[in-house]
Amino acid sequence: MRYAKRGRLRFTSHRDVARAFERALRRAGVPMAYSQGFSPHPKISWIGAAPTGVASEAEYVEVQLVAAVDPSALARALDEALPPGLDVLDVVAAGPGSLADRVDAAEWLVEMPGVSSDTLRAAVDRLLAEEHVMVSRRTKDGTREIDVRPAVIRAEVADPADGRPAVGIDMPAGDGPCGILRMVVRQTTPAVRPDDVLSALRVVAALDQPVPAKATRLAQGRLDDVGALSDPLAPDRAASAG
Amino acid sequence: MSVESVFPQLEPLLPRVSKPVQYVGGELNATVKPWEQANVRWALMYPDAYEVGLPNQGVMILYEILNELPDVLAERTYAVWSDLEKLMREHGVPQFTVDGHRPVKAFDVLGVSFATELGYTNLLNALDLAGIPLHAADRTTDDPVVLAGGHAAFNPEPIADFIDAAVLGDGEEAVGQITDIIRAWKADGRPGGRDELLTRLAETGTVYIPRFYDVAYAEDGRIASVTPNRERVPEVVAKRTTMDLDAWPYPKQPLVPLAESVHERMSVEIFRGCTRGCRFCQAGMITRPVRERSIDGIGAMVQQGLAASGFEEVGLLSLSSADHSEIGEITKQLADRYTGTNTGLSLPSTRVDAFNIDLANELSRNGRRSGLTFAPEGGSERIRRVINKMVSEEDLIKTVSTAYANGWRQVKLYFMCGLPTETDDDVLQIAEMARNVIRAGREASGQKDIRCTISIGGFVPKPHTPFQWAAQTDPDTVDARLRKLREAVNSDRRIGRSIGMRYHDGKPSHIEGLLSRGDRRVGRVIERVWRDGGRFDGWSEHFSYERWVAACDAELTPLGVSLAWYTTRERTEDEVLPWDHLDSGLDKQWLWDDWQDAIDEREQDDCRWTPCFDCGVCPAMGTDIEIGPTGRKLLPISPVGQGTPVRNPALTQ
Repeated sequence: MRYAKRGRLRFTSHRDVARAFERALRRAGVPMAYSQGFSPHPKISWIGAAPTGVASEAEYVEVQLVAAVDPSALARALDEALPPGLDVLDVVAAGPGSLADRVDAAEWLVEMPGVSSDTLRAAVDRLLAEEHVMVSRRTKDGTREIDVRPAVIRAEVADPADGRPAVGIDMPAGDGPCGILRMVVRQTTPAVRPDDVLSALRVVAALDQPVPAKATRLAQGRLDDVGALSDPLAPDRAASAG
Repeated sequence: MSVESVFPQLEPLLPRVSKPVQYVGGELNATVKPWEQANVRWALMYPDAYEVGLPNQGVMILYEILNELPDVLAERTYAVWSDLEKLMREHGVPQFTVDGHRPVKAFDVLGVSFATELGYTNLLNALDLAGIPLHAADRTTDDPVVLAGGHAAFNPEPIADFIDAAVLGDGEEAVGQITDIIRAWKADGRPGGRDELLTRLAETGTVYIPRFYDVAYAEDGRIASVTPNRERVPEVVAKRTTMDLDAWPYPKQPLVPLAESVHERMSVEIFRGCTRGCRFCQAGMITRPVRERSIDGIGAMVQQGLAASGFEEVGLLSLSSADHSEIGEITKQLADRYTGTNTGLSLPSTRVDAFNIDLANELSRNGRRSGLTFAPEGGSERIRRVINKMVSEEDLIKTVSTAYANGWRQVKLYFMCGLPTETDDDVLQIAEMARNVIRAGREASGQKDIRCTISIGGFVPKPHTPFQWAAQTDPDTVDARLRKLREAVNSDRRIGRSIGMRYHDGKPSHIEGLLSRGDRRVGRVIERVWRDGGRFDGWSEHFSYERWVAACDAELTPLGVSLAWYTTRERTEDEVLPWDHLDSGLDKQWLWDDWQDAIDEREQDDCRWTPCFDCGVCPAMGTDIEIGPTGRKLLPISPVGQGTPVRNPALTQ
């Protein structure tokens, strides 16, 4: 299934989301499959997960059941049981093949209040002109160096006037400028996250953000030859139709 | 007056703090009502971190009861961590509720639930962040009534300067009565201002208003008298008792946080009160008499709570859950009903008794099998007679042997150190007991990899208990005994490696002792500690013993008293205790006699099974024991479903 993580709920961690899902599945009366053993757990597999503080319109999860149910009835029941802000967008019966294999990149939208489009555009151009941009990320065990540039497939500055996607995205309050960055980033190890790209903009163009940016994942899927993303649920949909 | 949400100011700060989800609200079953439509507005605070405060049953119950009243709204607020506190001070964001993110200062009442005295500095910090004057005397008619509840409210004297009012005992009915008084006073146009409102509250006889009582001190530092300083105020303030638990089946819609909390389960209180008579136990003394919830009341709450929360575990709460008159039937029938749904049941407090193993097996049938916990509390037979915890080592060994034989691998045992009349030998016998548990367990299970964890807390004498007169053991003595105990546990490596030992040093208990039995003079110490940066004193990584000792030296010495005077000094029978004008129903003479019995190592039975021993509560409060058995059965007996405790017709094909 595909779900969204919106608004205030972007501050949830992946563990928070996982707990909320398990409980919502139970409240909704979904006949879940459990692992065997001393400490049984519901059989749920997560495909990636947007980091804490990042919103998403395209999160994916697989849930194993012990009985067949109508996907649209499940979508309705589960969405009702989830807190507002965790919203079920699409449920299909899983066909053959692994969902994880159908995702290798994500499209992101990053809103940067206090940064003008021109300043942002100049910084993005500088980034795209480089072949390698190293940034350091703080982790539990210290800092880690990551090369951001190779993962960035596309990056462009959207016009605030027409660049606003229609789906549940918070736009910053107040007037002032707000730069909007749209980009496609390939899955790599270590993963390059939206804030790593912002760090890269700081490195190449000293881009400064007066207010913390808001990032939203718009889509996930496999990259095709022209840099577009496929729908990960399409093969399942085709399988159940056939 | 319109009240704006502070969320727009808060939101930009959240990416900069740890675990921001704890500040955004939006919990399942949370309520946000329109501000304008409410006549009376309560902010309810648990003065600790969100992860500790959210699961608190008291706050959850009152939150739901108040929000069910059509013209009342209740929202929750918790202590904020220092990273957010710093940013809030920098950006002028006040203490807020997590529901509507409204400023706490805008509410009519700030109700604070104190399970422990170590939350006092967090109260002061929240008041300051809220922009509410720290001292009750400086507040105006526009400030909320700061109302303390919870067990610590049975002696609120140390925070008397900072609160306007305190309620002793059960809150279900008290919050309704207080709401009525506030509603009427506001509707009348707030006649007589704050003073009149507080006087009307005092007139109920069950709301304590500290400022309406004058405390006089004798030359030697002891209290000479506590007297009302105005008309319309009672000499003695009585506790509240909710008699019919089935009439108050709360929480009906348990709050389920997005963030991780300390209790990942829903709870159903199966009875309130305890007459086991453990002399150290304040909860058991101040919550009398025993009042059971009926088996069908419990069944309905479990069913409704699981459907509303989705939790995988149900805790059957009380002070001694195996003592419910129908506990065997309750656990068996719940386990039958939830077969195949991965719903675990737990009894957090159980007494040592072979019966409990049957219970425990029943409880773990549908869920995860965690460890078993028992609380012998004292290491030697002698000290257990002193504290009236009637558990023989033989019973304990029999019980744990059965547990290990039934496949349980881990047993946890709780003890206290620093009990009245305690010697090194009483504590060292804990090691002997743990070794016997391991020996018996290895034999019963035929395995070597079983474990026993002993967990030891420092004893703190509490008001309204027979030990309220006792000298608290000084922290150095407690620490020395714990060191000797550790050596004794480790002396035999072959058994010692199967025994885990968990304890804290005696210092936090020493300060808790000061705050538990302190009087109004201790308020200055609390304020100084808070001004010196004291927060989250219940967390060992934030607690500073040195800060408390320094504040005691600075504030108490000029008054001729000291930290030791409040803690390690034994009180005499004739001493006026700071809480004598606060009535828990217990007869002071009975408490004193029970204290003498303790010193003489004489035990006292439980009035549920033996005749009344005249503790005084029932006649003083007009209450009586309310217990079963009812003989009723839970329906349906058939299992409800597979993989889920909820039946959803839309998903059944």
